[in-house]
Amino acid sequence: MLEFLQYQFMQNAFIAALLVSIACGVVGTYVVIKKIVFISGGISHAAFGGIGLGYLLGINPVLSAIPFSVVSAVLMGSLGKKIELSEDAAIGILWSVGMALGIIFINLSPGYAPDLFSYLFGSILTVPYQDLLIMLVLDLIILGTVGLFHREFTAISFDEEFAEVMGVPSQLIYIILLALVALSVVVLIKAVGIILIIALLTIPAAISRQFTHHIPRLMMASVILGVILTSMGLWLSFLFNLASGATIVMVLGAAFFISAILKKIWYT
Amino acid sequence: MANVVNMEGVYYKLKDYYILENVNLTIKKNDFMALIGPNGGGKTTLLRLILGLLTPDKGNIEVLGMAPGKSKNIGYLPQKSSYQSNFPISVLEVVLMGRYKQLLKGYNKEDMKSALDSLKKVEMLHLKNQQIEKLSGGQLQRVFIARALSRKPELLLLDEPTASIDPHFQGKFYEILSKIRKKMAVVMVSHDIGVVSSYVDSIACLNQKIYCHGPVEESVEGLEKAYKCPIDLIAHGFPHRVLREHE
Repeated sequence: MLEFLQYQFMQNAFIAALLVSIACGVVGTYVVIKKIVFISGGISHAAFGGIGLGYLLGINPVLSAIPFSVVSAVLMGSLGKKIELSEDAAIGILWSVGMALGIIFINLSPGYAPDLFSYLFGSILTVPYQDLLIMLVLDLIILGTVGLFHREFTAISFDEEFAEVMGVPSQLIYIILLALVALSVVVLIKAVGIILIIALLTIPAAISRQFTHHIPRLMMASVILGVILTSMGLWLSFLFNLASGATIVMVLGAAFFISAILKKIWYT
Repeated sequence: MANVVNMEGVYYKLKDYYILENVNLTIKKNDFMALIGPNGGGKTTLLRLILGLLTPDKGNIEVLGMAPGKSKNIGYLPQKSSYQSNFPISVLEVVLMGRYKQLLKGYNKEDMKSALDSLKKVEMLHLKNQQIEKLSGGQLQRVFIARALSRKPELLLLDEPTASIDPHFQGKFYEILSKIRKKMAVVMVSHDIGVVSSYVDSIACLNQKIYCHGPVEESVEGLEKAYKCPIDLIAHGFPHRVLREHE
């Protein structure tokens, strides 16, 4: 059963799954408890503009996606308050404009875009070594930032107005949190692709949320669940020769339904 | 820095409608003031201006010698907290948030002690590890009172503190306030004029404007103006006493 681990690309894929799970477990916990799923979806789709920019400039699209998605996260977090616009309208605009920019950048790039689909739908089996390094560095930045600001993240997630009164610079902290979502989007792009990222940012934390009320335990459980479920998806996609990103998301979805049923049985 | 709060000629407008008009108000050290007035009269808005959550359209506000929002030495009990009721957090962690200092500064032993003390005061110590989603409305309100107290502030702003608490605790709550009021200025928004007037030393009646502000007995007349209807709750001649008996 484990002979598939002998392949170098499989080992890389499992390392990628681990790195992905760290980002989605830690940041996904905040995405779920602060209820910023929609804005996170917006950030992940807007990141496609950064991918397109990479093609246009001839650099690694994962690298160009970093500044692009961070900037769009900052814009989404601040635009709604600067001009008279509801936040979800701001998200909708940046979501589609980001994607459209990406398409135009790719149009403008010479030649054709070879592995474009891997950015849209993920291709965890072909993550190059350099991308693994980028993911590792981003994970470390995410963990360090959460280590420094976890009190503030929790405070603004629980009660933003009270946090502000206590002296938490809540707008700044919110934007830092969105920037972390942007970084985790970049970590996740190669694994499940832009279109399916939101599944990894929400499902592991949403499953764990049903069974624990303690934020550090919630993060830990989400990371572990992420590793188990993405590896399972990876293995199933290998076994049945299915698209890896979609299979991972299907496994996550199935796990969520099973956990919801289990919880019902447990508590009744 | 003589006064805790100084408001001069404060106007606050929402769209074209003035919520507050020419509000002048001073709160001194150790004042215990009730802020009363009809719904929509601007009581919560006034507190939010003091907290710096809103900015006045006109006028000047000074809080603890600083611009509103600059001084963090304020305890606050919001009326309807914007909190998430199913948030994964324990009672003690909520109260500790009242001790927040600044970025990169964790909670120390003193913060923990103050949080536990406040929980004890509101008789919620036994539930300190409980998840807040499992609490009743009254218990939650006590947790939020503890959160405001734990800061040991110079100014305590309470927006309808007795709104959802049970009658047993209500008496206890006023007992707590009469103890701590020597250490800080307390402003309390309330509808319950009857109960409040036997505890506080001054009343401000607010309905767009401040109708009166002064010691309890003198302020009573302003109530009718503020509410724009006669108040039969209040009887004159009984210092610090109100007609309606309360248990």
